[in-house]
Amino acid sequence: MRSFAYHQPNAIPEAVSLLAEQPESRPLAGGMTLIPTLKQRLAAPAALVDLAGLPDIKGCSNGNAVVTIGAMTTHAEVASSPLVKSQIPALAALASVIGDPAVRDRGTIGGSVANNDPAADYPAGVLGLGATIVTSAREIAAENFFFGLFETALKPNEIITAIRFPVPLSAGYAKFKAPASRYAVVGVFVAKTATGVRVAVTGAGSGVFRVPQMERALAEAFDPTAIAAIKIDAEGLTSDIHADAGYRAHLVTVMAKRAVATALGAA
Amino acid sequence: MGNVIGIGASPRRKEDQRFLTGRGNYVSDIKRPGMAAGVFLRSPHAHALIRGIDKQAALEMPGVIAVLTGEDVAADGLGSLPCGWGITDARGVPMKEPPFPMLAQGKVRFVGDMVAFVIAETVEDASTAAELVKVDYEVLPSVVGVLDAVRPGAPKLFDDVPNNICCDWELGDKAAVDTAFRKAAHVARLSLVNNRLIGNPMEPRAAIAEYNPGTGQHTLWTTSQFPHVVRFLMSALVLKLPEHKVRVVAPDVGGGFGVKQFHYGEEAVITWAAKRVMRPVKWVASRSECYVSDRHGRDHVTEAELALDEKGKFLALRVKTLANMGGYLSTFGPNIPTNLYGPLLSGVYTTPAIYCNVKVVFTNTVPVDAYRGAGRPEATFVLERIVDVAASDMGIDRVELRRRNMIPKEAYPYQTPVLVQYDSGDPIGCLDGALAAADVKWFGTRKAASARSGKFRGLGFSTYVEACGLAPSRFAGRLGARGGLYESATVRVHPAGQVTVLIGTHNHGQGHETTFAQIVSEKLGVAFENVDIVFGDTDRVQFGMGTYGSRSLVVGGAALSKAADKVIVKGKKIAAHLLEASEADIHFEAGKFSVAGTDRAKTLGEIAVAAYVPHNYPLEVLEPGLEEQAYYDPVNFTYPGGCHIAEVEIDPETGAVTLVDYTAVDDVGTVINPMIVEGQLHGGIVQGVGQALYENAVYDESSGQLMSGSLMDYCMPRADHLPMMKVATHSTLCTHTPMGVKGCGEVGTIGSPAAVINAVVDALAHLGVTHVDMPATPNRIWRLIQNASLPIAAE
Repeated sequence: MRSFAYHQPNAIPEAVSLLAEQPESRPLAGGMTLIPTLKQRLAAPAALVDLAGLPDIKGCSNGNAVVTIGAMTTHAEVASSPLVKSQIPALAALASVIGDPAVRDRGTIGGSVANNDPAADYPAGVLGLGATIVTSAREIAAENFFFGLFETALKPNEIITAIRFPVPLSAGYAKFKAPASRYAVVGVFVAKTATGVRVAVTGAGSGVFRVPQMERALAEAFDPTAIAAIKIDAEGLTSDIHADAGYRAHLVTVMAKRAVATALGAA
Repeated sequence: MGNVIGIGASPRRKEDQRFLTGRGNYVSDIKRPGMAAGVFLRSPHAHALIRGIDKQAALEMPGVIAVLTGEDVAADGLGSLPCGWGITDARGVPMKEPPFPMLAQGKVRFVGDMVAFVIAETVEDASTAAELVKVDYEVLPSVVGVLDAVRPGAPKLFDDVPNNICCDWELGDKAAVDTAFRKAAHVARLSLVNNRLIGNPMEPRAAIAEYNPGTGQHTLWTTSQFPHVVRFLMSALVLKLPEHKVRVVAPDVGGGFGVKQFHYGEEAVITWAAKRVMRPVKWVASRSECYVSDRHGRDHVTEAELALDEKGKFLALRVKTLANMGGYLSTFGPNIPTNLYGPLLSGVYTTPAIYCNVKVVFTNTVPVDAYRGAGRPEATFVLERIVDVAASDMGIDRVELRRRNMIPKEAYPYQTPVLVQYDSGDPIGCLDGALAAADVKWFGTRKAASARSGKFRGLGFSTYVEACGLAPSRFAGRLGARGGLYESATVRVHPAGQVTVLIGTHNHGQGHETTFAQIVSEKLGVAFENVDIVFGDTDRVQFGMGTYGSRSLVVGGAALSKAADKVIVKGKKIAAHLLEASEADIHFEAGKFSVAGTDRAKTLGEIAVAAYVPHNYPLEVLEPGLEEQAYYDPVNFTYPGGCHIAEVEIDPETGAVTLVDYTAVDDVGTVINPMIVEGQLHGGIVQGVGQALYENAVYDESSGQLMSGSLMDYCMPRADHLPMMKVATHSTLCTHTPMGVKGCGEVGTIGSPAAVINAVVDALAHLGVTHVDMPATPNRIWRLIQNASLPIAAE
């Protein structure tokens, strides 16, 4: 690891200005991706701006059928939150299968969403539930946030402060995890809401995506059999040493069915 | 005073007090005054010429002390890393043995090959400076797989090694095998790949070297399984230093599995460099560095044929293997796929004729050497898979076919057609024990229950025999070993009666400090707490060969047993004098020397006092002191064996394999500490399950880059991948080791891959699947199911 300056601001504007002052700086949330990257010398920021000292961006709250989760809330906190478990149990379940216990105790929802790893779990939950990403500057709909492989709508000095999740009628998440990394080979989040059904897929491609064909079929009949025959085109999906694209395409259907079954069980 | 805790007891491990309270002393814990940091610059290319190295920018960086390259090594006239085994082909032609320079000389041959050593005040400075070293590479075409490497026109690693073949090795009576095949009622055939593995001990490799100009003494602290062998190879053959001026210390070492039983270039470079810069230098590998520099294991491509008569009796076995050696010959490299492979192809069966041909092949990959089991898991996998194929072909029950061909207990000692003679064993007893423990008779019910939930259930059997307790030196010498394979132990009884053992093996997780103390406690009647085991320091311990090949208890324990016997013999002489009796009348039991038929006796403690304070002592005929040393060279290998049964469930929708049950019944001879044996079996089985289901070292065929170069991409088995295991022993006693022990370090790894894969194939048998290569990943299984389903769907 190369040496770098370290700041721990106490207020969001201070964090934003620290990031702005030093173009080669990076915000640090849970550090579950950034710290290993630094240790491998794959990144060499001049400064880290640690968000751990910021007030009011941690914890879960609700109101108006919306659950708001502060950006610095850890996966373990979301997984065990009585509020999240009662309002959106599928989201708590998603958080409970991220990485391993050490990652869940350090990693944060804001960090995960900002990093937008193509195989991370949260992007599926955020897009599947039609959440809103609240930042230091604005509010961004999930639709407009994820741009593929580690790219998001975030501007250089913009910090995620919270994510707002509308409470669905029912939802489910099914993940086929890579046995070593515990990232999703394919993860599918399915949510049934008052305005329709949303199906969001992570792990299969270069970024999280929705499957309109499945959403239409599930809107007609919210049942695993409704999508059993829907095949996803393998073209453009990821092939690597763990899984080929054709297998990933197949797993999207299997995991979508299982997510629906979970949603029905939890409804 | 504490109690005697002897053979058969399971005391808590002595060493765990320091390990579990954070007081272990590993190489990376050690700090020396004025210590600098070293970093190796490694090749990013699989195969390239080095046109030049510009170290100027690195040397100009503040904090940088030295940048050493292959040119410096050559200028100092240093040797290359030696290979400990020289094998020959069928005509007696020695293997091709190109030099393995400690820093690359003009060419790199794998990603991770060492190019330069950068020394600086801090690791950060050294790492940054390493990035400033400009290496002018001319990248060459590379080859990573054995099938590609032996093809005409393949990239050549060494100018004088045609077709990249190091040795075309043979074993067995080819003509007898050919004849048997002509008479066979059936021939079973199988092509398989034994996947490349990376050992991943928990502690990464590390070294510290220091030179004392006042005494001319070099000290090397290193993560090694055999410090004396490192000292010998490095001083005598690489650095050309007088051996008495080199001390090698292997302190606490966090796991080895074979990965740390080689003399590595890093050890030689850092020892040489510490003198050049007159500073202690420390290097600790990162996990990523371990992936591209720790020696890899396995990596075979094999064609096997088994000839049977109409009743299923095995007539002959023919095996042809291409074994990947990687870019250079490592310390034991060519021995593993030959001498530790071919002789195991007899297994527990009476196969009368066996022929094995192994082409040992260089490729642009990390050198391949011993990894837990080393050759024997590969042999067992071939044999136990082809037996299942034969059973399926001939419609004979898999267990029945094995039973028909097993060596009966009364046929031991049994001479196989491939060199070795098994001294003892009871394969049928192990099989029956495992069948009962695994509840095989109700498997059908369990399979039906799985089917009801849409799952395929399979049962897999594997028997095995292992040649371990390496090794009888004379026999090994005939096979090409360039060193001895005995072991040494000193039993030092202190004046107050406590005992220190100095032993040439090395404990890096096996529990030796406990097991060996139990042996001494039992033999000398000394309290368990009054026995300490010292190892791992060439200045404290007499020459020893170290720990590998399930040899520590078998060979080291035998040396220890002999040394303790010598203490008793001397003690009897002292007791005879003190008790004014004839030596022949002195009886030793439970720590007491007594005169037969009387109540006159002296304790070992009293004898020790007399030996060290020899006022009343037969000084004219006996030396003072009570310390004895023994070397033990085994007369044969030991042959643990057993039967493993795996039960798996497959989700056909995803292809995911779940290991739902595992049973092992092993014959490991006398068990000293059942808890430790159980732990060794658990760990061994898990590593075999890892090979069968999860682990795979994958190289990119075009670039030669290691694709599975991290714990994120190389899957080590974890607790949630495993069921509770049923482990039991069914022991026959070894007839030639002092305590009847056979060794247990590798048996789990040897029996398990075949058991698991046989279970996977069984689960898919209804689809016409006859073989699954390792690891049986969900993707691979799903593809097999898809391919098998297509014609059925078309019907």
